[in-house]
Amino acid sequence: MVLRVLLILLISTQIVSASSITVCKNCRYKNVKDALAASQQNDTIFIQKGVYKEHEILIDKSLTIIGVDHPVIDGENKGEIIKIVADGVTLDGLFIKNVGRSYTKDNAAVRVTQSSSFLLQNLILENLFFGIYIEKSHHGKILHNKIKGNAVEEYNSGNGIQLWYSESVDIENNSISQVRDGIYLEFATHCTIRNNVSFKNIRYGLHFMFSNNDTYENNTFDNNGAGVAVMFSKEILMRKNKFINNWGAASYGLLLKEINDSEITQNIFQKNTIGINIEGSNRVTYQGNDFIANGWAVKSRGACYTNQFLNNNFIQNSFDLSYNSKLNDNLFENNYWSDYTGYDLDKDGTGDIPYRPVKLFTYITNRTPEAIILLRSLFIDMINFSEKVSPIFTPENLEDKNPRMKMIHHD
Amino acid sequence: MFKILKYSFYDLVRSRWSYVYLLFYLLLGFALLFLNENISKAVITLMNVITILVPLIGTIFGVMYFYNSKEFTELLLALPIPRRSIFLGQYFGVAISLSLSLILGLGIPFLFYGLFQSDSIVDFLLLLITGSMLTFIFTAIAFYIGLSNENKIKGFGYAILFWLFMAVIYDGIFLISLIVFEEYPLDNLSLFATLFNPIDLSRVLILLKLDIAALLGYTGAVFQKFFGNFSGLIVSFFTLFLWIIIPLFLVKRKASKKDF
Repeated sequence: MVLRVLLILLISTQIVSASSITVCKNCRYKNVKDALAASQQNDTIFIQKGVYKEHEILIDKSLTIIGVDHPVIDGENKGEIIKIVADGVTLDGLFIKNVGRSYTKDNAAVRVTQSSSFLLQNLILENLFFGIYIEKSHHGKILHNKIKGNAVEEYNSGNGIQLWYSESVDIENNSISQVRDGIYLEFATHCTIRNNVSFKNIRYGLHFMFSNNDTYENNTFDNNGAGVAVMFSKEILMRKNKFINNWGAASYGLLLKEINDSEITQNIFQKNTIGINIEGSNRVTYQGNDFIANGWAVKSRGACYTNQFLNNNFIQNSFDLSYNSKLNDNLFENNYWSDYTGYDLDKDGTGDIPYRPVKLFTYITNRTPEAIILLRSLFIDMINFSEKVSPIFTPENLEDKNPRMKMIHHD
Repeated sequence: MFKILKYSFYDLVRSRWSYVYLLFYLLLGFALLFLNENISKAVITLMNVITILVPLIGTIFGVMYFYNSKEFTELLLALPIPRRSIFLGQYFGVAISLSLSLILGLGIPFLFYGLFQSDSIVDFLLLLITGSMLTFIFTAIAFYIGLSNENKIKGFGYAILFWLFMAVIYDGIFLISLIVFEEYPLDNLSLFATLFNPIDLSRVLILLKLDIAALLGYTGAVFQKFFGNFSGLIVSFFTLFLWIIIPLFLVKRKASKKDF
């Protein structure tokens, strides 16, 4: 008898533990907080279509929360909206808006703190300060979200997706616009950032700080203050991304500062004032990239050693390369340069005379930036030509010994 | 004056050289647009042509016309016509016909390729305006040089030298002084130096209107601040205008004093 009761009890608790709760205007639970309070570990909460004016929602159990037809959770600009402090939480299909702006606290639409195995997907975040803020968490996924801010100034705006001291987080298929930094990683390692579109952000499309061993590929960074900034990090893989339209007096497609042992392959840099701005980066391989119609394709600001530029296309950039030292141990080999005027007598596809990517005018503007005002004057064309014929000022060994005659088609 | 202007103008419009000049621009415009279809790119290439070639042609054509029509001028001088009218009439005849060739020669191909649908129409207009102004400037200077030198060869030499100075040598001196004084703040100096050369001034004016201006960085920002606002634009056009007025005044003075 006792055994039977125990058995029934056991079964019933099991049923309870896998139950689902529905939130709607006419249901038993009329708001999210009530449903959370009534829920058990591993429950599923369905939120029906409607507007729920709530903020400071704390999720401290392993729950699956699913929005049906994107219910609106309106924080009414009062502060943070959802905070997750438990492992294994799933948030799916919510429309979260109106995060409170603060100068002392980083209020976020969704914050994940010290948790693992979280899944945030199909969320729409609007009118936000910080969007998704992951801190000290690991092994999570952030997929198919749409984040649209209304940032105007850097100092009073937040980032779309921010990772801080986190590990192994996948960020895929998100669309992020009009925030300060689209995606910001600080002390985040082994993360993958794939298929995202980050555009019209005030500062950077993607920003790395002290984050090692990360990969980002197939992303598009369009029309940001600057495309991507990778700083003080190592072993980053950057593959098949598009850096486009980062155009303005202080803009660039990609900024590398103190980056070592990384790989930049098959990316497209198009219409940026500066394609890649490099400072103090060593042992980086640039392979199979397209640099099209940039002001400067590559601007090297010094302290860059043992980098390799192989099989890239440099097409119609105002300057292919700016280099500020007489010393060079970077390798340029087998690239296509649209400015190359050499010939190929033995018809093997590579030019017979080396190409020198640094023009004399580039050298002069490095020394005296004001001289840039002579851009496109006849005199400058003349001195560039004479320097090309007999180099005196530009580093003598900075040359592509085997420049390609034809554009390289990457697949 | 207008009668003489009319004579000179019709004389030139009927002459072969005007047609060659017009044809050259027509070909150039069509070729450029055919090659890159993109009007704003074509505007950049045209800028190089306009800032170099237009002054050269203005100079040479001005001197040539002056020496060629010398006998006609002497005939006119014998008649009771004020000297001012004779020379200014001839000058405007040359300058207007050259500008017309430029405007028609470039305008037609661009219209043909849908200029009005393009948002570079303002850039293009600026290009034509500065081009015409450069024509007026360099023709005026050519007239002065012609008037000052009886010797044809000498006159041609000086005219070419003047063009060379403005198009090339000036920039060389400018660049060297920038490098020599690189320890000092140079923004205002370069602004000042640009104002004093009509070719540089036109180049910078057009450059700042194109999106290539972002390359100019900090210096560009200083220039943008100056040329970007209305008063800067007024100052620069006023300077270009001065470049026409001063040579013309010199022509007038020389002409009224000269013993023919």
